[in-house]
Amino acid sequence: MNAQNLASGSAYFIAKETELPITTVLSVLVDNEPGVLARVIGLFSGRGYNIESLTVSETEHEQHLSRITIVTRGTPHVLDQIRHQLERIVPVHRVVDLSVRADELGNDKPIQRELALVKVAGLGENRNEALRLADAFHAKVADATTEHFIFEITGKGSKLDQFIAIMKPLGLVEICRTGVAAMNRGPQGM
Amino acid sequence: MTADKQDSDNHTSQRREMTGAEMVIQALIDQGVTDIFGYPGGAVLPIYDELHQQDKINHVLVRHEQGAGHAAEGYARSTGKVGVMLVTSGPGATNAVTPLQDALMDSIPLVCISGQVPTTLIGSDAFQECDTIGITRPCTKHNWLVKDVNDLARILHEAFHVARTGRPGPVLVDVPKDVQFATGFYTPPETSPRTSYRPKVEGDIEAIKQAVALMATAKRPVIYSGGGVINSGPQASHLLRELVELTNFPITSTLMGLGAYPASGKNWLGMLGMHGTYEANMTMHDCDVMVCIGARFDDRITGRLNGFSPNSKKIHIDIDPSSINKAVRVDIPVVGDVGRVLEDMVRLWRASSEKPEKKAIGEWWAQIDKWRSRKSLSYTRNKDVIMPQYALERLYALTKDHDTFITTEVGQHQMWAAQFYGFEKPNRWMTSGGLGTMGYGLPAALGVQIAHPNSLVIDIAGDASVQMTMQEMSAAVQYEAPIKIFILNNQYMGMVRQWQQLLHGNRLSHSYTEALPDFVKLAEAYGGHGIRCEKPGDLDDAIQEMIDVKKPVLFDCRVANLANCFPMIPSGKAHNEMLLPDEATDEAVANAIDAKGRQLV
Repeated sequence: MNAQNLASGSAYFIAKETELPITTVLSVLVDNEPGVLARVIGLFSGRGYNIESLTVSETEHEQHLSRITIVTRGTPHVLDQIRHQLERIVPVHRVVDLSVRADELGNDKPIQRELALVKVAGLGENRNEALRLADAFHAKVADATTEHFIFEITGKGSKLDQFIAIMKPLGLVEICRTGVAAMNRGPQGM
Repeated sequence: MTADKQDSDNHTSQRREMTGAEMVIQALIDQGVTDIFGYPGGAVLPIYDELHQQDKINHVLVRHEQGAGHAAEGYARSTGKVGVMLVTSGPGATNAVTPLQDALMDSIPLVCISGQVPTTLIGSDAFQECDTIGITRPCTKHNWLVKDVNDLARILHEAFHVARTGRPGPVLVDVPKDVQFATGFYTPPETSPRTSYRPKVEGDIEAIKQAVALMATAKRPVIYSGGGVINSGPQASHLLRELVELTNFPITSTLMGLGAYPASGKNWLGMLGMHGTYEANMTMHDCDVMVCIGARFDDRITGRLNGFSPNSKKIHIDIDPSSINKAVRVDIPVVGDVGRVLEDMVRLWRASSEKPEKKAIGEWWAQIDKWRSRKSLSYTRNKDVIMPQYALERLYALTKDHDTFITTEVGQHQMWAAQFYGFEKPNRWMTSGGLGTMGYGLPAALGVQIAHPNSLVIDIAGDASVQMTMQEMSAAVQYEAPIKIFILNNQYMGMVRQWQQLLHGNRLSHSYTEALPDFVKLAEAYGGHGIRCEKPGDLDDAIQEMIDVKKPVLFDCRVANLANCFPMIPSGKAHNEMLLPDEATDEAVANAIDAKGRQLV
């Protein structure tokens, strides 16, 4: 055998991925200590995983526990790896794949909600239309002058996307979204 | 040392007031540490001051922080204890990155204590400041910045706990200088570990029962063991041997697992993987039941994944759940400490009346013997030039009856060492497997020698690798550590050259070292002993001289320049598509000889 017959170029064995990627929601319970978020997101960037949305806040003040909600996308095999890799992080208490858990509970999906602040500036008919639509979407007015509104809207991501798309021609100035908060239906905890 | 301090040293379990620097020393003592490797600097001076005023901790001064890390790794690997390194802030910490990542990939328990600029200066781009925690976050199992002296002792104890338990690994504790000076309360080690960190050590008994039942149906079984067996402790190696004895299954091992099962054992197939033996790889490819024990299906092991052992049911024992199904899907995963799981496995196997069919196992062994008869490690001897394989055969023959520890650098010599040096016991083989760190072996040998002052410690080295951490010869001389650096000198980065030959049309881009030092003079310059050997006939005497000299030795063993490391699984190939030495005597090698002519004559 000689060099010419060999596959060239790589000292690594690269296998083709055959599974299709799916989107899932992970809930990660962590000790709220300095650097814990960096550990979690560093793991995602370091290992080439995706983050589509990330939300974090301390949820149990006395125990200093934070809950991180991550929407990520990957093949089932990769999602399994993400969960296990997260569990290796020392300050991580628990990792639950809410989508898988919803399946186990016989639910369609976990409940997912997001909050957005949407600033719209304009006068005349556009301004009236923005307010009418905001009402239809059950968005609240968080701030207003005669020239602008800041709407506060809560709901599924798709609802927010739709609302923002409608506001675009009506004088959309800026958007701030919190990212997804998620939880499974039913009486049991995570 | 004051009378007060002396008195309190004997009462370590009490909560006592002391400075941060004192706490570091006290925590090391309480953790059973006797030797540390380090290098002083501005941000660790208070700790060094305390080191100076005590005699319980022996500090080994290296010449570069990377050396401290690899020395601590060698120390840890050869003793089963946690290795400790002490470095200053900034460049001290950045130099520690390579050994930290090395220890992470090879699961070596290592505690790195680094100095940091005072808390009030953190973030101000102070002299010798760097974001040590940020830089070392991905290359440690966990790391801590200590902002309050009252947390220091607890964190240090936690650091040792995290480093040594579960899947072992490196941790780092960053201690700002003002915290070292500050006074606070020392807490002894018995503090309960944090609730978020609870590695699973007991294997699920139902899974183990299933595994044993599957093993009993095997017609073509194989045991594939790895570094996890060594990490689990001597008892795990003992149990592995017992399991092999009871089942009569063939056993192969990864690079990291060599020595867990003795190379002289009758069921031993040799190492598997890219440069593993033909019999080991063919057995893996054709087996029907694979028992993976403390190994992780690394890409150097599996070859092309979709061609990896396609017809087998796989059992995987590993303490790290993320290793399960990472590269290879397995049928029966068992998460737990290898030693505990093997204990259950051996017990259940003994108790069970289900055993594999004797005839089938006999036929399997007959097949394996056929593969063995291919003699995949054979090479052509030469009476004028030392073949590297021959050098290692002689080194093994002349050192095997000593109390020997072997370290290596990374490259061809490393693979030849794994192929030709027979390991009979665990913890005798220290090599950089996962990260492949050239420059690992010399400082690792120093660390091993510090732990085993009366043993024969040999670094099997390459001429390129050894120059990466050569400065630690100076440390070896200082501490009278008679390490033997056995350099297989072919003037090339041999493995790089081999890949260039195989994959890049033999264009040997920057893999030839045109100016090498005179290793004999270099040894003498350091205050060690230099030996050069160029002829096969002189080799035995020269090796004997190396063994007899009670000084650090640089042994310049001039070997055939263009020898290739075979057998080999070429890139993109499976275990049953190995390139064997007798098939590799063609155009590719001829090209290389032309190159030799061009460059050397």
